[in-house]
Amino acid sequence: MAQRAVHATCSRTVSILGTRVMRVEDPKFLTTGGVYVDDLRDPRLAGAAHVTYVRSVMAHARVTVDVSAAAAADGVVAVVTGADLADLAPPPVPLGFIPPALGRPWLANGVVRYVGEPIAAIVTESRYAGEDIAELVSVDYEPLPAVVDPRASATDETLLFPDHGTNTALAFEAGSLDGLFDGCEVVVTQQITNQRVAPVPLEVRGTACVWEGDGDDARLTLWASTQSPHGARDQIATALSLPPERVHFIAPDVGGGFGAKFGVSIEDLLLAVLSQRLNRPMRWTETRTENMLGMGHGRAQLQTITIGGSRDGRITAYSLDVLQDSGAYPHFGAVLPFMTQMMATGTYDIEKIAVRTKSVVTNTAPVVAYRGAGRPEATAAIERAVDLFAAEIGLDPVEVRRRNLFAKDAFPLTTQVGAAYDSGDYVGALDAVLAAAGYDELRAEQRRRREAGDNRLLGIGLSSYVEITAGPEAGTEFARINVKPDGSVVVYTGTSPHGQGHATSFAMLAADELGVPIERITVVHGDTDLVARGGGTGGSRSLQLGGAAVHQGALETVDRARELAGDLFEAAAGDIVLDKARGGFHVAGSPDDVRGWAEVAASADAEHGLIVDTDFTAEGATFPFGAHVAAVEVDAETGKVTLVSMTTVDDAGPVINPVVVEGQRHGGIAQGVAQALFEEVRYDEDGNPQSTNLADYAFPSAAELPDFTLVDMATPSPLNPLGVKGIGEAGTIGATPAVQNAVVDAVAHLGVRHIEMPTTAERVWRAIQDAGKGTK
Amino acid sequence: MIPAPFDYVRADSYDAAAAALGEHGDEAKLLAGGQSLLPLMKLRLATPAIVVDVSRASDLSYVRDDGGVLAIGALTRHCDLARSADVTAHAPLLAHAAGSVGDPQVRHRGTIGGSVAHADPSADIPTALLALGASYVVRGPGGSREVAAADFSTGFLETVLAPDEMLVEIRLPSARGETWGYEKFTRRAIDWATVAVAVQNRGAETSVALANMGSTVLRATATEAALASGAGAADAAAHADEGAEPAGDVTASADFRRHLARVLTKRALAAAGR
Amino acid sequence: MNLTVTVNGTAHTVDVEDRTLLVHLLRDQLDLTATNIGCDTTSCGACTVLLDGESVKSCTVLAASVDGRSVTTLEGLAEGERWHRVQEGFRSMHGLQCGFCTPGMVMAAVSLLDENPSPTADEVRQGLEGNLCRCTGYHNIVAAILEAAK
Repeated sequence: MAQRAVHATCSRTVSILGTRVMRVEDPKFLTTGGVYVDDLRDPRLAGAAHVTYVRSVMAHARVTVDVSAAAAADGVVAVVTGADLADLAPPPVPLGFIPPALGRPWLANGVVRYVGEPIAAIVTESRYAGEDIAELVSVDYEPLPAVVDPRASATDETLLFPDHGTNTALAFEAGSLDGLFDGCEVVVTQQITNQRVAPVPLEVRGTACVWEGDGDDARLTLWASTQSPHGARDQIATALSLPPERVHFIAPDVGGGFGAKFGVSIEDLLLAVLSQRLNRPMRWTETRTENMLGMGHGRAQLQTITIGGSRDGRITAYSLDVLQDSGAYPHFGAVLPFMTQMMATGTYDIEKIAVRTKSVVTNTAPVVAYRGAGRPEATAAIERAVDLFAAEIGLDPVEVRRRNLFAKDAFPLTTQVGAAYDSGDYVGALDAVLAAAGYDELRAEQRRRREAGDNRLLGIGLSSYVEITAGPEAGTEFARINVKPDGSVVVYTGTSPHGQGHATSFAMLAADELGVPIERITVVHGDTDLVARGGGTGGSRSLQLGGAAVHQGALETVDRARELAGDLFEAAAGDIVLDKARGGFHVAGSPDDVRGWAEVAASADAEHGLIVDTDFTAEGATFPFGAHVAAVEVDAETGKVTLVSMTTVDDAGPVINPVVVEGQRHGGIAQGVAQALFEEVRYDEDGNPQSTNLADYAFPSAAELPDFTLVDMATPSPLNPLGVKGIGEAGTIGATPAVQNAVVDAVAHLGVRHIEMPTTAERVWRAIQDAGKGTK
Repeated sequence: MIPAPFDYVRADSYDAAAAALGEHGDEAKLLAGGQSLLPLMKLRLATPAIVVDVSRASDLSYVRDDGGVLAIGALTRHCDLARSADVTAHAPLLAHAAGSVGDPQVRHRGTIGGSVAHADPSADIPTALLALGASYVVRGPGGSREVAAADFSTGFLETVLAPDEMLVEIRLPSARGETWGYEKFTRRAIDWATVAVAVQNRGAETSVALANMGSTVLRATATEAALASGAGAADAAAHADEGAEPAGDVTASADFRRHLARVLTKRALAAAGR
Repeated sequence: MNLTVTVNGTAHTVDVEDRTLLVHLLRDQLDLTATNIGCDTTSCGACTVLLDGESVKSCTVLAASVDGRSVTTLEGLAEGERWHRVQEGFRSMHGLQCGFCTPGMVMAAVSLLDENPSPTADEVRQGLEGNLCRCTGYHNIVAAILEAAK
């Protein structure tokens, strides 16, 4: 267990950690606005050409492209197709696990595999001309059979990549299915769809770039709306066969990512190539319609759960079968079932478990990481399974959970699937959320309404969840602490925030150890020339790795400063005390003679001050947890569902800045609710997407959601000195199953046992009709 | 995202608009608030060569009590209808429907004439006006004619307007003191109606209009007839979808729309006191 | 075509294509980039500005239509160093995270409070039906506007 170093040689002030600090980022956002890629006015981008894409309108077809009319149009700089890029090595696959045979081309090379796949790049002088000239490109489609249903894909009847020999990209498994349910008094099985959704950050993707210098000195500066600048820099360098130092990657302000902006897009890579070939700075900003398809989707798992146990409520066996839709070119989504598998049993101590996952390609948009990335799918499955089991044996779902949760004293523990849970208090979380939600009163109200024949059906749903953050393997993050000769501090972090408030939280961490007020601390991120290395922001890694690195770097800075102060005082470093209240150093016992940070830093280097670089490596991934209670009202006649209350416990350990953590919980909860009630990306049987813009796609507004009631709980992790876990995705993971369970609960007395997400009015109405007819 | 190129003509009065339409014929499209037309143009589903902006034709923006008839200029904005004392007094159903169009920003631009002329069968305004027995004053080079709301839309986004004609005024008999109901079913507050039902009582008569149950807004004639022959509201509402051919789409199936029409009609009738 | 529009108190005469959307006039011609574009179906409200004091979605207004009129964007909301109470509310209640929806959200809120100075929480939520946010879940945005209304 990592011990926080004890410093008897610091006099302490009241810690800023855990206090509500308004974000230092906000004045800019609230007055002049953030500077996102499309806002950039860097002089190097003056005269930039604009890129617009011609994209496939068919899911699977052979294509021939005639660009002659477009290439001759006024205002065109160039028109580029796949054939023009044939000399390039194929772009790198997004992740090491992806078989190269399933990699995507630069631009479609005679075959298109999903609606939205880029076919041609139109480079124009002005932004407005792009769409005009794109209309002049003529694409001839020779339809090929479209494989849209993952179940059809899994049969390998129509191979989408004949060279790969199968439509299966990846498969994972754990546990044995042999005799798994032997001895179970009760076995329940259910097919569940964890539906495809669209991440929809408010800022669509955008990129700008410029090449400077010639030949071997040529250097690319590229700005993009990304979550991982260093990773993106490396992928671009690989794609262009350059050493990484020749690429300067900058993430400006980023308008949300939610996992889908981790890594580089093919359009980012294309922009660099086009800019190089045409010797012009270049810009690209997609439309929302392009984003709804081209950025990729989330979730998209077809699941079969089987849960078995005894009538007294003990669950003894569980199997989860996952068919993951990867989309046309496997991406993060294809790999995420590994995380689903790892978290399959959730908070429950289940004796026997088997998981089988298979990721298959289809003629749809690629499936990428989306808030929760594999873990919401696991939680949604087990929480539905537990409710189904409870319904089968006629026990309250709360009671069934109580009888199966890992006890508080069981930690640390390794689950039957091999996940090493660091700390947790699942029963405590459940108790706290039930009390805060007024669970007993809700059940009483439900009874009253049922007895009165009230058409506003009340449903109450729960979830108990645990998830893995900064995993699956132990992570590392970099920080540099630079105390300048004027006593101000610059913190450089390898994380890449896009709304998570690191500039404030990391300043708080540095302030807490250095005794420098946060007004004098600046946090720098997102620029690969300024920050030496980094893992970006995703998977809820940033505080437990990046924050821990800042904390570690600050401690090392204090140690180094005490040595420097010792030289100044001609005393031993061990006799030097840091007085945080006064932001200075003195010899123990002589508090009146203080030398401030400015003087000490300047003594290290008169120009740059004191610089300390550090890399923090965690002992392992951490496991935040919680419990949610959702109350919904279902209109018995129309089936319409309204969320009336949402109460949550989301425990990610000690809270550095409650303001920021609450915001992350709210946002996560809203996305979780949205998946349960509203959102779905659907394709018809020919692979045509049915919801390609925000008018068709039911992204909820404030009018669709209530306030959320957050209950605080903080169970530290032993795996980093701050004791923190990741909060970013927890809310999403807990919310979806609580709401889905609530909807089913609302109509369970009418004979309904399961309703697929999103639980639209029509789905609920049909479930009620079918239950009434005896068809379930 | 970017409309196809067009030439812009500003027309701040009926006469200016008539002149522009006369000159350009069916190459020209009138632009009022633009909250229906511009979204189509941005997706290039509409590509007029000439856009005639009448949004500042102040002579066409008014609400007048014409002694028993409410006269509303076609360029009157939804937000102004919603807070107009005259509309609230004489046609509260219309005030309510205007207050539920789109969102506040849309309501600050969109106009009653624009909504009627756009003729989307899902729209709140034409549905309410149909239940209110409104008529539309159409003006062209040959003079003016008054078209009953029921006769105005001939199909999805289609009306009887000739290329050189303009809808200039909406007229409806005052419904002061009469009861009404409006039930709108949506997934989200901002969405177009999955189905909506407007009910307007006038003495012993009840008009019931449906949104998104066909290619135009339409009257639930079977329900109206049942009510007229003495049926109770619940029984009459069971006929609400008769004669309608609702579409099935990503939002709702045809069967579900039929079901909603029946339920919402029952509720709108109840709100109207039936 | 030529047009003159007053933006944040300053008159600008510009020459733009007839089809120029107001949001592009603001962003690309006048370099007022706080106002953002988040969609292409008039759904998200990130482009919301005030036109003669009333909220509109600037992506669904032609620049030509505001010739001779007055537009206010986020950049023009504060009076020098003095913030508008809506800006203060968003700051104190943490009503923003990535900031992309924020300019439009703030301007929509200014117009909402202008027309309804003491809204209920429900009226605030209904009044924001045309403004989408992915980061905050709206909880703190509603709190911010209620705070500003005090």
